[in-house]
Amino acid sequence: MSGDLFRLFNTSASALTAQSIRLNTVASNLANAATASKTPEETYKSKQVLFQTILDKEDPDRASMPVRVADIVDSPALPIPTYEPNHPQANADGYVFRPAISVVEEMANMMSASRSYEANVEVMNTARQLLQRTLQVGQN
Amino acid sequence: MNLSLDKALGILPASVTLQAHRTELLASNIANADTPNYKSRDFDIKGLLGTLVGQEKTLDIVKTQPNHLALPGSVVSDTPNLLYRIPAQPALDGNTVDPQLERAAFADNAMHYQSTLEFLNRRVSSIRAALRKE
Repeated sequence: MSGDLFRLFNTSASALTAQSIRLNTVASNLANAATASKTPEETYKSKQVLFQTILDKEDPDRASMPVRVADIVDSPALPIPTYEPNHPQANADGYVFRPAISVVEEMANMMSASRSYEANVEVMNTARQLLQRTLQVGQN
Repeated sequence: MNLSLDKALGILPASVTLQAHRTELLASNIANADTPNYKSRDFDIKGLLGTLVGQEKTLDIVKTQPNHLALPGSVVSDTPNLLYRIPAQPALDGNTVDPQLERAAFADNAMHYQSTLEFLNRRVSSIRAALRKE
């Protein structure tokens, strides 16, 4: 039971890590949104993170529940072929393949991730203040 | 007459512990705001503190064996009964965290924690004043 507030830092830090991984995948999805390639197999696949709560098997009722990135999965969406015979990457039929990435969707994902990140930073700041106050009890 | 520090501080230490526990719980909820199938949890701190206030007046029973039962109505503040929050707008991914609600609860709990510490501080300084000579 003691050291409750100290465990909170671990929980919030795990969320910060998870959210920054999510931001990272959004960044690579956006960077590769227009990358053209010769074959559908070579085309960049949009990446999505899967979050998972780290459950304590010994004590499933404990208050601190950190989060982790369980997996980064490739989107099954099929690449979009476009007819561009003058493109240096065009295949014999004059087609290039681009990943099916929705920029708007990725931007929304980014905003959600950065808001969650901010919320967790705020939680850590508040917990730090609370701990500092606790250490000062009876010092006046 | 014997002087008990525990009695002098009343329910304040227990309520600090409970509030710290709740801070941790709400922080976990905020951390898992985007985790699929995570269920938001909380406990009834008002009810628990209410039973603690009631307990002050009753006499404690001495437990000499680990399997001795506690008095009915007495709480073990170490493990508050965790409850699941009922979502106002359930998400498709099974997550029941409402970030706004959790943040509000977190801020509210932090304020309560700080005010409990303030009361504790004053209690300590009044005990000190009573112990001093002049």
